[in-house]
Amino acid sequence: MTAILPEHLTQLEVELKRLQRRKSSYTVVAIVITVAIFMVGVDMANSANATPFSQGFRKIFDFPIDMFKLSWELGFVKWANRVVEFLPDLILTLNMAVLSTFLGFVFAVVLACFASQNIMRSTVIVTFTRRMLDLFRSFPEIVIALIFLYLMGKSLLPAVIAITIHTTGALGKLFSEAIENIDTKPLEGLQSVGGSWVSRIRFGVFPQVMPIFFSYAILRLEINVRASTILGFFGAGGIGQALSNVIQWRDGGRVTAIFVLLVATIIALDYLSDWIRSRMIGRRT
Amino acid sequence: MSMTLEPTALDAVRADIDRKAGHQRLWFFGIMAVILAYLAFSWVQFDIGSLRKNWKPERASLFLLDTYAHKDHVTVRWSDPAEVDIRFEGGNRLIYDPKPDWYAADGTSRTVSFANGGTITLYDDQVALDWPGQDETIVFRRDADGVPEVAKHPRPLWTDRTVVDQYLADGRWFDGLPDDMRPDTTGPLNGEEWAQLRRDVAALGLDQPPGLPDWIRVTDSKVEVRPSLYERLQVGGSKVEIHRYELGWKYFWFDFDSPLVDTGLFGALGLIVAGERVVPDMSNLQLVWSEFRDNSIWGHGAVLYAMLETIFMALIGTMIACAVGLPLAFMAARNVQPVGPVRFALRRLFDLLRGIDTLIWSLIFLRAFGPGLFTGIFAIAFTDTGTMGKLMSEAVENADDKQRDGIQSTGASTVQQHRFGILPQIMPIFVSQSLYYLESNTRGAVIIGAMGAGGIGLQFLGALQTGSDFENVAYIALLVIVTVMLMDAASARLRRALIGYERPTD
Repeated sequence: MTAILPEHLTQLEVELKRLQRRKSSYTVVAIVITVAIFMVGVDMANSANATPFSQGFRKIFDFPIDMFKLSWELGFVKWANRVVEFLPDLILTLNMAVLSTFLGFVFAVVLACFASQNIMRSTVIVTFTRRMLDLFRSFPEIVIALIFLYLMGKSLLPAVIAITIHTTGALGKLFSEAIENIDTKPLEGLQSVGGSWVSRIRFGVFPQVMPIFFSYAILRLEINVRASTILGFFGAGGIGQALSNVIQWRDGGRVTAIFVLLVATIIALDYLSDWIRSRMIGRRT
Repeated sequence: MSMTLEPTALDAVRADIDRKAGHQRLWFFGIMAVILAYLAFSWVQFDIGSLRKNWKPERASLFLLDTYAHKDHVTVRWSDPAEVDIRFEGGNRLIYDPKPDWYAADGTSRTVSFANGGTITLYDDQVALDWPGQDETIVFRRDADGVPEVAKHPRPLWTDRTVVDQYLADGRWFDGLPDDMRPDTTGPLNGEEWAQLRRDVAALGLDQPPGLPDWIRVTDSKVEVRPSLYERLQVGGSKVEIHRYELGWKYFWFDFDSPLVDTGLFGALGLIVAGERVVPDMSNLQLVWSEFRDNSIWGHGAVLYAMLETIFMALIGTMIACAVGLPLAFMAARNVQPVGPVRFALRRLFDLLRGIDTLIWSLIFLRAFGPGLFTGIFAIAFTDTGTMGKLMSEAVENADDKQRDGIQSTGASTVQQHRFGILPQIMPIFVSQSLYYLESNTRGAVIIGAMGAGGIGLQFLGALQTGSDFENVAYIALLVIVTVMLMDAASARLRRALIGYERPTD
């Protein structure tokens, strides 16, 4: 076969080569940027860290091993008692997460209705609510929690407030996206029989989106359990605070007891939420 | 489909609907009752009732005020009344020299004037308050014992312990006080009895001089005057202190003793673009930057560097997680890794990495690396390697095998099959998840920083714990929020540009 190609094929080949060149130059630029960021960051870290990297790296497992040894000396029965001792704290932390997820869920559902263009005519209200949700989402929990902890004294409420605000923002955005993707025919039907705005949402929107809402909420609950543990560490109470206490005393048995409780809880929740969500909306990736 | 319903059939349908509606209503009330019971339980468990006791409204209002206003302290000692000390925020070296224009002095008096027209005039032996809304000047001075008092409104007799003891000894009681408040004793009151009497009197509001506005409080050791949030006067036994608040963040751009102190942001920008050199041996750009950076009140240099540290913590932690997580994910996917035990081991590793959570990882790395970026980087990298591994291995398993089969048919190696058959399919998920982790890790890095890893989190905690520099707390909080929002927006943009749509995420 002779290599005389029709004109348009030659053009196509040239175009393809051009695209490939462009693509590989993008790749090079991306790699250069990534490497540069990495180098700068590691350099920054090396100069900021008290312990140089190589020295610290060798000590990574010193602390857990130390704690484990201390727990081993206790014997299993005593150690198991320690685990039981912290169950009430764990329940408190879980309830912090459940309560703030619940409150955030309620607020998010209400705000999401105002942030969805297809059920809220006024663009002004939609934009305003969306920006508000963005703001809520951006508020790092720690900032709110620490300020309220300072103002209220050590208490559980600051953590609940902080997590609720963040949850409202995060869920609100997801919910409004879900609402905007619904089938609007039921809404039109309800409107045609004179349904009010509230009843249109109640009977036209909620039945379509509730499974998705719940699935997001359960995922959020998992995130919030982690968050409430961390905020507890800063004095908000629950198992986080217990951990911050025992770690100062270098009470190895109690430290590992809390570690085990936390890890087991998070893994269990992880599986539970996977299971519930797959039952609710079918497997998704 | 059409059908005509007989009346009886209609009735049956209606009855059925009614029954279902009744059930639904029952469910609704049942669920509501459960929710209410849960909220009540939480109310008790979180001890919200006792919150009113812990809530510090004074602290909260001061905090709020300090976040948007600044104050100047005027201090005068009775022992040396001519020596007036005026400082910005009461800071150690932030002394006004020359004195600000709201302060005036002549031979016998020194006057501080306020925005609402009110003035406080300091004399050698007394302080005069001229305030809008008050007909007469209110004068504060020290009595013979050196205790501050309001000159025209003497304190009630029963706030003086010697007078009370005298009355009790004489068997008399005050006309202005209820009879049942009289202690059952004739002798001098002991400390407990006297304190009890003071409490009872204070509870009835009878411990204050009559005829004074309620923003003037007189106690045994000082007179506290707070006409509004923006002014405060304390007359004590040894000194007089005035706090004068003004709106805004003062000296935000340039420090108290900077050559650019009176130059605002735009003035400074003007200087950079076109302006004579302020300091001969330095360009204006250099000068403006170094003065801004070394601002000792706001500590821009340290704060901005800390913010950068936090961003890098998140960036590098996320990068490592992505770089390690993706190959591991391939190795844990059923369609790539045929060896079951390896898959199982990797899956459990992912669970463990995720389950240990950032909190515990941070604690472990804090012990190894000490405070610093590595702690945060590794805490983030370890947790997210687990998350990334789990998620991406699922994505790899869900990838369509046909593309890989096609590439295999051309005689490609295994690596090439994965590279060109699977990777393009999971790339959108990978990119969007990576960016999402970056967003959430920026917030996470603030928290890890506050736990001791450094960066902006630690700066924030430090500013909060000093308990007085609330404007710095507000500044850092604002900076964090703006940065997080910018990161969110940038990542959303990048996500849209790279994969064409925005995946609903956190």
